[in-house]
Amino acid sequence: MIGQLTKNERQNALAILIAMAVGGLVMTIGGRNSLLGVHGGLVLMIAVVGIFAMTATLKLPDPAEDRLNAYYDDPTKVGIIISMVWAVAGLFVGDWIAWLLVFPDLTFDAAWASFGRLRPVHTSGVIFGFGGNALIATSFYVVQRTCRARLPDQVTPWFVLFGYNLFCVIAATGYLMGVTQSKEYAEPEWYADLWLVVVWVVYFLLYLRTLSRRKEPHIYVANWYYMAFILVVAVLHIVNNLAVPVSFGSEKAYSAFSGVQDAMTQWWYGHNAVAFFLTAGFLGMLYYYLPVRAGRPIYSYRMSIISFWGITFFYMWAGSHHLHYTALPQWVQTLGMTFSVMLLVPSWASAGNALMTLNGAWDKVRDDATLRFMFVAAVFYGLSTFEGSFMAIRAVNSLSHYTDWTVGHVHAGALGWVAMITFGAIYASVPWLWKQDRMYSAKLVEVHFWLAVAGTLIYVFAMWNSGIIQGLMWRTYNDSGTLAYSFIESLVAMRPYYIARAIGGLLFLLGALVGCYNIWMTIRMAPRESAKADRPEPGAAGAPVLQPGE
Amino acid sequence: MAIEERDSHTGYLTTGHEWNGIKELNTPVPKAVYVFLIATVVFTVAYIVLMPAIPLGVTFTKGLLGLDDRREVTRAVEDAAAERAVWTKRIETGSYQDVAADPALMRSVRQTGRTLFTDNCAVCHGTDAKGGHGYPSLVSGSPLWGSDADSIAETIRVGINATHPKTRVGQMLAFGRDGILQRADVDNVLDYVLTLSGQPPVRKATPEQLAAGKATFAAQCVSCHGEDGKGKADLGAPDLTDRHWIYGGDAQSILTTIWNGRQGHMPSWEDRLSPVDRKILTLYLMDLRKSP
Repeated sequence: MIGQLTKNERQNALAILIAMAVGGLVMTIGGRNSLLGVHGGLVLMIAVVGIFAMTATLKLPDPAEDRLNAYYDDPTKVGIIISMVWAVAGLFVGDWIAWLLVFPDLTFDAAWASFGRLRPVHTSGVIFGFGGNALIATSFYVVQRTCRARLPDQVTPWFVLFGYNLFCVIAATGYLMGVTQSKEYAEPEWYADLWLVVVWVVYFLLYLRTLSRRKEPHIYVANWYYMAFILVVAVLHIVNNLAVPVSFGSEKAYSAFSGVQDAMTQWWYGHNAVAFFLTAGFLGMLYYYLPVRAGRPIYSYRMSIISFWGITFFYMWAGSHHLHYTALPQWVQTLGMTFSVMLLVPSWASAGNALMTLNGAWDKVRDDATLRFMFVAAVFYGLSTFEGSFMAIRAVNSLSHYTDWTVGHVHAGALGWVAMITFGAIYASVPWLWKQDRMYSAKLVEVHFWLAVAGTLIYVFAMWNSGIIQGLMWRTYNDSGTLAYSFIESLVAMRPYYIARAIGGLLFLLGALVGCYNIWMTIRMAPRESAKADRPEPGAAGAPVLQPGE
Repeated sequence: MAIEERDSHTGYLTTGHEWNGIKELNTPVPKAVYVFLIATVVFTVAYIVLMPAIPLGVTFTKGLLGLDDRREVTRAVEDAAAERAVWTKRIETGSYQDVAADPALMRSVRQTGRTLFTDNCAVCHGTDAKGGHGYPSLVSGSPLWGSDADSIAETIRVGINATHPKTRVGQMLAFGRDGILQRADVDNVLDYVLTLSGQPPVRKATPEQLAAGKATFAAQCVSCHGEDGKGKADLGAPDLTDRHWIYGGDAQSILTTIWNGRQGHMPSWEDRLSPVDRKILTLYLMDLRKSP
């Protein structure tokens, strides 16, 4: 794979790795009295391994020119594999902590195994590890094909992919050691955040550079969404993580915001992470893989426009619905609630556009589990956006807030929508990428599909029940005017649902394991060059059709 | 170079664009989308007019309904307190005996006391108040610091070995670990203590050994546990003649207790619970102890 890089690119990669080693060394020395030093050592170690690998290949000849006849898919392939590894790890930790809630003694008296440390490993593992890698991998795949342009060079995509995973590893290992700034979905400390800014800006520029090289007159909808995802996540990440480190030798930093401003900034970030990471990015994925797999045109271009601008505009203001009935001024809550209600319309227009695209291909939905993954994803997207708008209404929120209903809602979106569309996209692209006609086993895709659907439904129903019971128990008064139930009693009432939830999660995890096996076996099958060459210019061979950007 | 085609399934034209095989139909946006968009916008405008909504520098539009969360919550809390005051007033002013004799009041005590207890006490004493290892049962045996209502109320108020300035302080010395007694003395006194609660001694203790144990007990233990071993509530020393144990009544547990000493903790609730809540808890516990 490194052999595909030109000599020049290999030298650039080596320079980057050396810079990274120096950075790691500085962190190690500067942070020798804190956990920052541990992460410095980790960075240094990874950089040294990379330097050895790169030096060993420095003498290889330049790759053949005909590589420019094809898209550059190596980063996508690696990204998909990394994504599946994170999926298994993240889902495993998720199910572990689900059992931890059933059996609270499962921590072995170890700090790293406490709920507070494992929970962000789960959330970051599935959102950033699994989801993020899948988004990066598919965005490279989609942008090249919808622009009929090769990625402009062969180092930047690797920098983005590996740099992003370095961030994920620093995040997850940090949580286990107790490094956190305690902001949900933004737990990593300042040095990891700064590194992600670098990676993300490079990602943004890479995407723009590819778009600017496009041979298509129009920019396809999927790219609007991927661009919105990349751009807005950069803005959110930078603003919410503004912080002042205790010292440059310490892993600890303090937020630039305090009190209710901090809470508002955090949930402006948190909700838009749902919007632009977990929605916009995956809508980009859906907009490519669903029509291709179904072999149908997108139902309505005009609906795409309304949905896109509706989603990007309305979502931005909705974050304060996470802080109903708190210290946040009521007028800000009004803003969050009303925009959440309006948001339902473009969200459903998106889901509707996806589902109506399937008109004329319902037989394929019936027969093809891969397409069915995408169909179910669109359904769950519709369900969870409705639920989200509903829960953002203050009167509903007064019941649902702080209960498992919220957890159920998040997982209806995360399992039902985000994970399903990702699995659909991965099952579609793996055979295309590794030059196969099909996955190793269609049966196993089917097995994965039903495990995923069953797991999601069990999970979501358990949490709906649990959440509503919790909410009602917390607000029920007896005729003496006292709350009728103590908190402990509500926990006892939750237990059966926690068991059901953990079983649902286990099914989902098993599905992902089946998927890994299937993908692995597909990769190992002998490749066959299909007649329908996946090339920028159909049938082109010989003279390179793409400009080398290198 | 856009070339529109007609989609045979839906009958709509495409936009004429194509990306790697993906085409788009130029289907008009369904009316429902506009209808719902307008409906939600109308709802939003109405809500903004009626409720606190638009920031104006240091203030904001208050809304035509004049509703304000904080004022409403304050009022609701006041209303609820006034409603409760109907019976809490009578508990505040009545004596323990009077309240305990009033079935209607005791119904409220049981309802409210249960929630207070499970929210604040159950983590240590168990939801059934039967305690567990290291935490005394509150429904049976004699409470360390006295079983009358005033004593229980005081224990709740100041805690045991707590941070309250008037906290109850109790400690059993580590007779073995700190070398106050030799191992043989400990063994003797252990056997004697076992016989106090009618249990057989660990060893086949000779009458001399039991006598020696009794002598050691008289020399070291009676100042807290009393000559008859029935404990002293003013020192928080437990009754050793009943079968109720906090740390276990088997030979090994008692040996551990004598060897290492004990000093339990109970937090003071004066800053956490109002006087009337503490009184309700006291009544609730008295009631639990009465009922079979």
